[in-house]
Amino acid sequence: MLVNGTRLVPDPSGALWWPEARCLVLADLHLEKGSALARRGALLPPYDSRASLLRLDRLIARFQPARVICLGDTFHDADASGRLGREETARLAQMVAATEWHWILGNHDPHPPPGLGGMPSQVLRLGPLVFRHEPAGEAQAGEIAGHLHPKAAIRVRGRRLTGRAFLTDGMRLVMPAFGSYAGGLCALDPAFRSIFRHGFHAWIAGERRVVPVGSNRLEAFGSGTAILSSDLARP
Amino acid sequence: MPPYVLPDRFDRWFAARGWAPRPHQLALCEAAAAGRSVLLVAPTGGGKTLAGFLPSLIELAGRPGSRRARRLHTLYVSPLKALAVDIARNLEAPVAEMGLDIRLETRTGDTPAARRARQRTAPPDLLLTTPEQLALLIAHRDAPSLFGALHAVIVDELHALTGSKRGDLLSLGLARLRALRPELRMIGLSATVANPARLARHLDRTERVSIIRGPGGAPPRVSILDSAERVPWAGHSARHALGEILAAVRQARTALIFVNTRSQAEMIFQELWRSNEDNLPIALHHGSLAAGQRRKVEAAMVRGELRAVVCTSTLDLGIDWGAVDLVIQIGAPKGIARLLQRIGRANHRMDEPSRALLVPANRFEVLECRAALDALDENLIEDEAPRAGALDALAQHVLGMAVAGTVGVDALYAEVRTAEPYAGLERATFDRVVDFVATGGYALRSYEQYRRMRVMADGTLRITHPRVARQYRLNVGTIVEEPMVKVKLRRGRVLGEVEEYFIEQLAPGDTFLFAGEVLRFLGLREMQAEVSRTSGGEPKIPAYAGGKFPLSTFLAERVRRMLATPALQRGLPRQVRDWLALQRWRSLLPPADHLLVETFPRARRHYMVAYPFEGRLAHQTLGMLLTRRMERFGYHPLGFVANEYAVAVWSLDPPDRIAELLDQDMLGDDLEAWMAESSLLKRSFRNVALVAGLIERRHPGQEKSGRQVTFSSDLIYDVLRRHEPDHVLMQATWAEAARGLLDLGRLAAMLARVRDRIVWRRLDRISPLAVPVMLEIGREPVQGAARDALLEEAADELYAEAARLV
Repeated sequence: MLVNGTRLVPDPSGALWWPEARCLVLADLHLEKGSALARRGALLPPYDSRASLLRLDRLIARFQPARVICLGDTFHDADASGRLGREETARLAQMVAATEWHWILGNHDPHPPPGLGGMPSQVLRLGPLVFRHEPAGEAQAGEIAGHLHPKAAIRVRGRRLTGRAFLTDGMRLVMPAFGSYAGGLCALDPAFRSIFRHGFHAWIAGERRVVPVGSNRLEAFGSGTAILSSDLARP
Repeated sequence: MPPYVLPDRFDRWFAARGWAPRPHQLALCEAAAAGRSVLLVAPTGGGKTLAGFLPSLIELAGRPGSRRARRLHTLYVSPLKALAVDIARNLEAPVAEMGLDIRLETRTGDTPAARRARQRTAPPDLLLTTPEQLALLIAHRDAPSLFGALHAVIVDELHALTGSKRGDLLSLGLARLRALRPELRMIGLSATVANPARLARHLDRTERVSIIRGPGGAPPRVSILDSAERVPWAGHSARHALGEILAAVRQARTALIFVNTRSQAEMIFQELWRSNEDNLPIALHHGSLAAGQRRKVEAAMVRGELRAVVCTSTLDLGIDWGAVDLVIQIGAPKGIARLLQRIGRANHRMDEPSRALLVPANRFEVLECRAALDALDENLIEDEAPRAGALDALAQHVLGMAVAGTVGVDALYAEVRTAEPYAGLERATFDRVVDFVATGGYALRSYEQYRRMRVMADGTLRITHPRVARQYRLNVGTIVEEPMVKVKLRRGRVLGEVEEYFIEQLAPGDTFLFAGEVLRFLGLREMQAEVSRTSGGEPKIPAYAGGKFPLSTFLAERVRRMLATPALQRGLPRQVRDWLALQRWRSLLPPADHLLVETFPRARRHYMVAYPFEGRLAHQTLGMLLTRRMERFGYHPLGFVANEYAVAVWSLDPPDRIAELLDQDMLGDDLEAWMAESSLLKRSFRNVALVAGLIERRHPGQEKSGRQVTFSSDLIYDVLRRHEPDHVLMQATWAEAARGLLDLGRLAAMLARVRDRIVWRRLDRISPLAVPVMLEIGREPVQGAARDALLEEAADELYAEAARLV
């Protein structure tokens, strides 16, 4: 995958690997979303943070990155880092300490997590790439963003497959959410149409591979505001 | 003891209408007068409902003084709200004609909130309601006073309310009523069942329930269509018999045409109209049609304007339509009890026989219809194995009791055990369910501060926040609908609803049959499927997903016996007999207590076909497990298909260790390994999580609250399976899947039965018996493991394009 001329490798886990800079990028971990929902009466299994961090741990072991960038909404809400279990906090702190760690701040976590180290910022520029949480209104070459949790669906031999997706038009990229409880928004949602005015490719995550599919081949799915796929072809 | 005599007023009323009370009605009154609980087993049309209400009417008529504050005397519970409403209407006549001072009301989801509130403070004498409303009533703080003077509970169609989560919840509700009012009488009304004693225990297992049998009525006259056309090898369309079905409709006053699935109903309806040259008024009725449209059909039926209705199980139960004199069952009946229920929908008069015509859609179904008919002749009916109550339904009940806030946790355990499905419930399991309701019940005890329910100092269960009560009320019930999508004409009206997964199969431009029309799918817009009418062209009908109901064990056994016994094949149509004869010559007819396995090469592949006759679900599970084992044995399996009668697996290398392949040990490691990577359990988990109250139901309007990121139960399942696979909800999920989706019990019983009794025929080509299942190849969806391969296929095709753009 090329974004603004930079070669990037989308991983089936939902993370992005930038080999040249030895940089691992993650979007929307939404740690402690489970306990946030529990507080409102939905007692979902409290293992979401543990599961997300375990997956992250494995990725770091595999790629040995020099840099890690979390694209915001790493924590589900402002006091989520306080609710994170002791073991999970220690594991995360260890990961942060081991590499150059950047926290991009998101709408769910507008302040950097206290006591974990790492470098907070709103926007981070590294060479040809710009990292931010929410895609900017104006098209910006090399922008890598999260926030929207894209998922995409495609039909193959009559069967519909859906998966988390990296959306890119070669200029900018919207990454899928990495968090265990972070659901998805259909790639054909109008929210993406305003970002990619001339179509895009969805790199859909399978079990072991990530596969590119043109936006004109995608299908709408799920609830929310899915739109006609033919609308996308219209100027 | 002198025979029971009706009070004068009632006697005169019967006489005035030219009726005499029937013996079972009197027997029921007598038992009730003695304070005993009763199960009345009778076919439809025997005055069963009136019998149920008579004791209450008599008691209420003899009640002194009417000025005193009234309290609820009798509660009637029906599986259908339409039935409750209809029964109320029918009861008003005798009450008025006898001049009884009795107030009777219905309470359903449609009852206005103000009236529901009033029903609690100033209850009627008789309240007619549904299991879900009963759950809501007992989950109220004032339930003890509301039910404190209750005399009787009548449960209608009791047979239809057992063996499901809905039945589990009802049995827990009845247990609660018995605890509130120990002297309560129970009256169960049921169609014919194989084991009335067991059904009676669902009413009350704490004391003996008298069983009263109604008169049998005239035996039904049922025949199988002996089609002059060629009966197809496979498929469920019954297209070959349409002319003959129309001819039967023409000769009847009004016919109900039952089919097993909605898509089949649409298809048959469409085809019937295509050849309906006399323009006979034929209507369509199934669960996906808009409620208004269904009501219209029902009203036209009541007015006697229709000659036939094509319908699904939506009309299995329901109000009486006097005019129906013929039932046509298209496709195999799958079970005797269901067949009897449907046949009983014709002719509700006792003295005249019901008439029914069975129309098998393929050759195996001919065998199944014949076996069902023989069983009817012998007055046999299947005895469904009892099942343990579902833990998610129990969780819902426990929360309801905490909302009521009047029950101690120890007393609740004792009470729950008086409900038949939970008689064997262990305290440890009960405690885990209670813990789940309170805090989620996770080993990582991190939600103490968010608990929804606590045990008070006096031992009672209470909720911690009024919000919990609201959540409970919005989510009550065990019927989990598939997510539905409204079907709407572009710039027009809503035609009805279909399952979301069906719409997911469609691409814009595809055509499908719905509400009796060919529609073109335009796209999804705000959770509505936009469609336009179209004329001409074959509609793209979804692949028939098999009967909704699996072939009953009882009927399967009879089909096996018929195949093994030449004498039993005499009643079969000639073309079916010829087919069987050819099978006998080429291979072998499956012997009764053995499992026939055939192997043969075809187009450079090797096929293995087994004929267990255990239903599609068990066969699918068997197919999955067989392919795993064949992989391990080095046969390189490529795929499998299953139908109600057989399973076929194909591979690159010929399988030769047949007995080993079919060993019972496949239910150990192979099953576990498969479950670990299959997404099948996710569907069960979603149901369980909804019923148990882990996630909330989507309510109309909620979807529209702006752009929302959907939260899927699949994500929760993945996390829970990985981090706490022994959680009580995982246990409930496994139980539901084993019983429902996988039919493991049946598969296990079959494997045990055929151990050392496998007959293997090595053939040089396909056998006649294998043709139907081989025709299913290509209709089955691809299984989960092939996901990446399919994605790659898409990738190959699209890679060039991708390279150009990026």
